[in-house]
Amino acid sequence: MNKENNKDPKEPQEDFFETSLSGEEDAMNKDSAQRQKWYKRLRKGITTSTSDKKEMPEGLWTKCPECNYICTTTELKENLFVCPKCNYHHRIGSLEYFDILFDNKTYTELFDNIRSKDFLSFTDLKPYDKRLEEIENKTGLTDSLRVGTGKVNDIEMVIACMDFAFIGGSLGSVMGEKFSRAIDYCIAHHLPYIVISKSGGARMMESAFSLMQLAKTSGKLSQLSDAKLPFISVLTDPTFGGITASFGMLGDLNIAEPGALIGFAGPRVIKETIKKDLPEGFQRSEFLLEHGFLDFIVDRKNLKDKLAQIARFFKN
Amino acid sequence: MPTYPNRQFLDFEKPIKELYEQIDQAKKLAEKNQKIDYSQTISQLEDAILEKRKEITEHLTPWQRVQLSRHPDRPYTTKYILKMSDNFLELHGDRNVKDDKAMIGGFAELDGQTVMFIGQQKGINTKMRQQRNFGMANPEGYRKALRLMKLAEKFDKPIVTLIDTPGAFPGAEAEERGQGEAIARNIYEMIRLKVPVICVIIGEGASGGALGIGVGDKILMMENTWYTVISPENCSSILWRSWEMKEVAAEQLKLTSKDMKSFGLVDEIVPEPEGGAHWDYDESSRLLKEYILKAIHEMNNYTPQERINMRIEKFGKMGFWDELID
Ligand SMILES: [Zn+2]
Repeated sequence: MNKENNKDPKEPQEDFFETSLSGEEDAMNKDSAQRQKWYKRLRKGITTSTSDKKEMPEGLWTKCPECNYICTTTELKENLFVCPKCNYHHRIGSLEYFDILFDNKTYTELFDNIRSKDFLSFTDLKPYDKRLEEIENKTGLTDSLRVGTGKVNDIEMVIACMDFAFIGGSLGSVMGEKFSRAIDYCIAHHLPYIVISKSGGARMMESAFSLMQLAKTSGKLSQLSDAKLPFISVLTDPTFGGITASFGMLGDLNIAEPGALIGFAGPRVIKETIKKDLPEGFQRSEFLLEHGFLDFIVDRKNLKDKLAQIARFFKN
Repeated sequence: MPTYPNRQFLDFEKPIKELYEQIDQAKKLAEKNQKIDYSQTISQLEDAILEKRKEITEHLTPWQRVQLSRHPDRPYTTKYILKMSDNFLELHGDRNVKDDKAMIGGFAELDGQTVMFIGQQKGINTKMRQQRNFGMANPEGYRKALRLMKLAEKFDKPIVTLIDTPGAFPGAEAEERGQGEAIARNIYEMIRLKVPVICVIIGEGASGGALGIGVGDKILMMENTWYTVISPENCSSILWRSWEMKEVAAEQLKLTSKDMKSFGLVDEIVPEPEGGAHWDYDESSRLLKEYILKAIHEMNNYTPQERINMRIEKFGKMGFWDELID
């Protein structure tokens, strides 16, 4: 272990998910926005030789924020964006999860025609409609939730996955609506529903409309439950606020990736409230498991098999 | 309710305070000088106070409306329950961890009909405010609320929730005991309750902490209250990166009862006495009771399953988006 490893790398990340809700670029998860860019390149088949230093765009090398281990993006991707040295689970987006989970990376995306709208003409440092346009151009994402259906180890399911790069994965009307339609789809086709959460919480630019999505999604879950179809909530780093205060914690099973920061209030707010430092590991997946809020923790490399196994349990 | 000189005045209520002081002056003069009749002056000043109260509430900015919802003399949950109903029997505890004093509940008779009242409770003085944790409930508060709702459901009694919270408590122990899970569970279970559920924002309606007892058949908002996803202060700090923009945040959030009604996110606005509920507890309770009874009677016309379906549909419609057509 070298000395650098002793630094607490979690410190800067702590308020990061909160400020990411503002959608401002400097507050955004540069890591995940950057990875989104590489990923688009990788998908398009644009790869650059690592020896070709002049041509090498930023981001072909990546440093683990936990242990500082440096490896190539390709190596990291082959390892499902998990640090080969310390098992740190990097934040990844919906396309990456879908490629990891769906058989032969094959799935049908659903409801991708639903887009956010600046109904309230909300303006903070920037008008909301301008922010939406910019973030769409920058990330290529159309909102913070992507829904896909396909086979996972031969079992048909619907997976909804959040993209943190889109205004901190925030829960707004579009996420609520896509979530709801995904449930209608599950009921119509008799499929299990998986939701992979990664979000700072509610989308403030949609004010009370975003708050009401907590009730909207819970109401739909009640219908899924009546249809006796399983809902598996997968919590990843970070998951906060309106997500944990609604469907995030309402899974028939709640599971999480290792080391993910999960909670209701953010660590900064809690620290300010109790005027004390938070204990090591506070609000991490392991902490939640210990306190009884998770069924188990699953490594990303086992996620696909576990989801299929759970679906079989409920089916057989 | 406190009467002058024990009343507290917000900045924009200062003109009213001055009128009270003038009445004081007039009364003193009247005592000194028995020959002159000051009663007309005093009654003119009293009329002016009423006029001023009306004028002030007519021209409030959203931020001032937020201030009014937090007025230190504003009636809290227990006050309304006692004023509106008879034989209130407070019930305690979540049967698991403890009794959360920020969340109260119990049976009472509303016009002879047994009703389960549940609500956040703020303290009326410094000591009580701390004991009540400023109306910020912990997970056990939400679980106590759910226990009482289930109890009401078992005996087929309608539920009335009175919401007044700056948010669920953001403490370390709250996280350990699953603040998110507790609120999520309440939201989920409230949608499925077989009995009529009427929710009223009587003061502050902040975010998940409010919605945790805020899912029902009819959602009412008292006139001078606010309800949205985050407090204007916290919104300012996150979106503007400064604590200074709370007035602007309050405007942008469109959090007043009028806004919320126009969006269809609440069903009714319960009017308050001129100047706000804190000017007349009897009158504000009378108005609140009238609206609650009306809502309960309306919901009694439906079967439990119809009410549940209507709730799912009601919240299911909330939201705005564009839909691209291929
Ligand atoms: Zn590492």
